[in-house]
Amino acid sequence: MTGAIWNLLLALAWVILSGDFSGLNLVVGLVFGYITLVLIEPQVDALAGYPGRVPRILRFIGFFIKELVQANLRVGFDILTPPWHMRPGVIAMPLAARTELEITMVANLISLTPGTLSLDVSDDRKVLYIHAMFLDDEEELRRNLKEMECRALELFR
Amino acid sequence: MIETIKGFLILTGAVFMLLAALGILRLPDLLTRMHATTKAAALGVILIMLAVAMHFGEVAVVARAFAIIVFVLMTAPVAAHVIGRAGYFVGSKLWSGTVKDELRPNYDPLTHELKSGLETDTNAVHKPRDNDPQ
Repeated sequence: MTGAIWNLLLALAWVILSGDFSGLNLVVGLVFGYITLVLIEPQVDALAGYPGRVPRILRFIGFFIKELVQANLRVGFDILTPPWHMRPGVIAMPLAARTELEITMVANLISLTPGTLSLDVSDDRKVLYIHAMFLDDEEELRRNLKEMECRALELFR
Repeated sequence: MIETIKGFLILTGAVFMLLAALGILRLPDLLTRMHATTKAAALGVILIMLAVAMHFGEVAVVARAFAIIVFVLMTAPVAAHVIGRAGYFVGSKLWSGTVKDELRPNYDPLTHELKSGLETDTNAVHKPRDNDPQ
C-alpha cells in the first residue's frame, strides 16, 4: 500500500515537473516511479514485496480477461444453438479465503466469470455454494475455480 | 487501423448485449438467466466503453469511461448474486435438466441455517450472529 502511494506521488511529481498534463504522460510517470521504487527497494523496508506485486496484478488482469471472453463465448454459443448443451447444477466449493474481504472478492470474481454464479456462503464461512452452467467435467471446473481463488488470494497476501 | 478496432469493439459489444437479451428469452430458469444477462451485458458495456475511450482520446472522457468499467465490474456480480440468492431461497424451480444441487440438503428452510457439510460435532452448533434477523 505504501508502495502504491509513493508510486503515485512520484508520477505526480513527474507530471508537474515535465509540465505535460496528459494521461499518457501520467502513465510514463507511473512507469518511471515504479522503476525508481524497484531500484531502491532493497534499502527501504516499507517497500518490501512491492515490486513483485505489480506484475502479479497485471498477470491476474490478463488471466481474468481471457477467462471472461472465453466463457462468454461458450454461454453465447449455447444460447444461439437450439439444443441445450448445458448441464447446470449447484456445487459446494471449500473456501481457502478467510476474512470477509477475501470472501467477497473471490465470490465476486466467480460471479463475474460467465458459467459460474456464487449463490451463498455457509454460516460457518467454509464453503461457497456456486451455481455452474457447465457441469460436464466437474473436476476440471473445480480445478479452474481453485486456480482463480489462489490467484486472487495471492494479490492480498 | 484505429477506426477498424473501434468498429470491432462496438460491434462485438453490441453482439454480446444481444446475446444477453436472447438469453433472457431462451434460457429455462432464473439462475441460468442471471448467468446470461449480467455477464454478457457487462462484457458488452466494457467493450463499448473501450471504443468510446479510444474514439475521444481526451483525459476527461477516458477517465469517465474507465470509471464506468470499474463500477460495472463492481456492481454487476453483486446484483447477480443477490437476485440469484433471493430467487433460490424463495423457491424458484430449477430447470429439469439440472444435474445436481449440493445446497438443498444443507439448507434448513425453517431456521434459514446453511450448513457447509464439513461440520464436525463442535462447529455444527448454530451460533447466532449480531446481524441475524430476529
